[in-house]
Amino acid sequence: MKNSSDYQLFSAYQKQLKTEKKIVLIWQCLLLIGFFSLWELSSRLYWIDPLLFSSPSRIINLVLERFANGTMWTHLQITMFETILGFIIGTLLGIVLAIMLWASERFSNIMDPYLVIMNAMPKVALGPIFIVALGPGYISIIAMGAIISIIITTLVVYSAFREIDPNYRKVLLSFGATKWQCFHKAVFPASLPVMISTLKVNVGLSWVGVIVGEFLVSKQGLGYLIVYGFQVFDFTLVMASLLLIAIIAAVMYKLVEQLEKWLIRHRIDS
Amino acid sequence: MSLLTLSNIAHLYFSKNTYTKALDQISFQVKKGEFISLLGPSGCGKSTILSIIAGLIQPTSGEVLVNEASTNTSNQLTGYMLQQDYLFPWKTVLDNILLGPQIRKQQNASMRERANQLLEEVGLPNVADLYPHSLSGGMRQRAALVRTLITEPEILLLDEPFSALDYQTKLKLEDLVFKMLRTYHKTAILVTHDIGEAISMSDRIIVMRANPGTIAKIFDVPIEIRNEIPFLVRRHQKYDLLFDKIWNELNQQEAKSAPE
Ligand SMILES: Nc1ncnc2c1ncn2[C@@H]1O[C@H](COP(=O)(O)OP(=O)(O)O)[C@@H](O)[C@H]1O
Ligand SMILES: [Mg+2]
Repeated sequence: MKNSSDYQLFSAYQKQLKTEKKIVLIWQCLLLIGFFSLWELSSRLYWIDPLLFSSPSRIINLVLERFANGTMWTHLQITMFETILGFIIGTLLGIVLAIMLWASERFSNIMDPYLVIMNAMPKVALGPIFIVALGPGYISIIAMGAIISIIITTLVVYSAFREIDPNYRKVLLSFGATKWQCFHKAVFPASLPVMISTLKVNVGLSWVGVIVGEFLVSKQGLGYLIVYGFQVFDFTLVMASLLLIAIIAAVMYKLVEQLEKWLIRHRIDS
Repeated sequence: MSLLTLSNIAHLYFSKNTYTKALDQISFQVKKGEFISLLGPSGCGKSTILSIIAGLIQPTSGEVLVNEASTNTSNQLTGYMLQQDYLFPWKTVLDNILLGPQIRKQQNASMRERANQLLEEVGLPNVADLYPHSLSGGMRQRAALVRTLITEPEILLLDEPFSALDYQTKLKLEDLVFKMLRTYHKTAILVTHDIGEAISMSDRIIVMRANPGTIAKIFDVPIEIRNEIPFLVRRHQKYDLLFDKIWNELNQQEAKSAPE
């Protein structure tokens, strides 16, 4: 008797949760539809200048047209390629540098002031130097996508390495473990959640580096399309590129989130 | 002949602005199969002594002799058990237990079998594939005991292994550890600040004082209660006598070290 009434309360609670979720979803859809409708409407009624602010229908048409004639796909591909590579290189180098700092206390002390400066430095300002050094092509852009996340990854991961409870090392040392064994049995796996959490931050940072890089190199990619559209006063093209960036960046973020979940479930250790 | 000899050990810890004399003039001997307790207030250098014996830190001066031969490397004869279990949360209980053999590159099928057998002996059948977070504190500490025992250490170094447990669990674990060490004829050095635990488990009790950590007095546990299991020792009349003696000794030290 008592149990069944408990259960009723619980299902009522569950129902309430579901309703709340539905309300949130409805509002999200309304906001989206409302925004685009208002935009379309104001553009058609000349409340805003359609030349400057374009309109959703024009943007969609342009995207479809450019995909149909193949003048969008290459730009999209090249930007994605640069971003993914920049993201991977930046994250890996950041972790490798953190391992080096951990391996040698002295190296870490020597590097300390340089890391502080490099971290404080706005990395995209280095763009022109990359272009001079690596040429005005995708290599420079990838380098910018990478450099923007290296130092912050290094600092975050290194501090995670240092924060692990020294007693775990003590356990391993009592079995006669070497420094490297301590790293690979305790320090690395214990810091894995932190390393994984840097992934999500880094994928966003790489976008910044790559888009700025494409602005500067101005040859190919969605960043280039934005600059080009701006120069020829084709704001529909600018908006279309922004829309695509928003969609792909969100998809990448979600993918990294899935990867994160997968990695946490299959913690690398041996 | 003694299994382990500490000869005039002193140890200093340095930090940026100051140094601490953690130990001074520590000398004692441990015979094979003996159970020794180090008893004293927090900060008197008990853990430091264990770390020196295990070869984890080098003493500033003095010598550790094992079987009359001096050692200064990580000691393969010792097994270390800490206050908390420090089981690795991302490894199963079995993988945690096999850490020692893995590090020493002795992992094989018979080790696995041995691990399961030891788990059963400490009353933990069927947990090998579980992760530590699903075990209670007492179970985890028993798993940590198995992890220490599987490498077949000659000397067990127990650093307050029961102090993080609730009282009932602690009493049960004392009995278990005592029996296991007797069964396998192990030598043990137990660090504790619990007088009752020291009396009920050991053959000899080394009482220490702090600043710097030195040996204040050594008590022999009466022969009548040495071989009794800890739970029964606590009800023996000799237990109370020794308890009072040690209590007085610790109080005297406190009076001496109190600021003038
Ligand atoms: N790594 C260390 N660095 C500096 N001082 C330490 C370190 N470890 C211990 N000490 C100091 O040495 C003294 C003895 O410590 P410890 O051996 O841990 O004592 P106990 O185990 O008896 O509590 C304490 O005063 C402690 O502050
Ligand atoms: Mg201690």
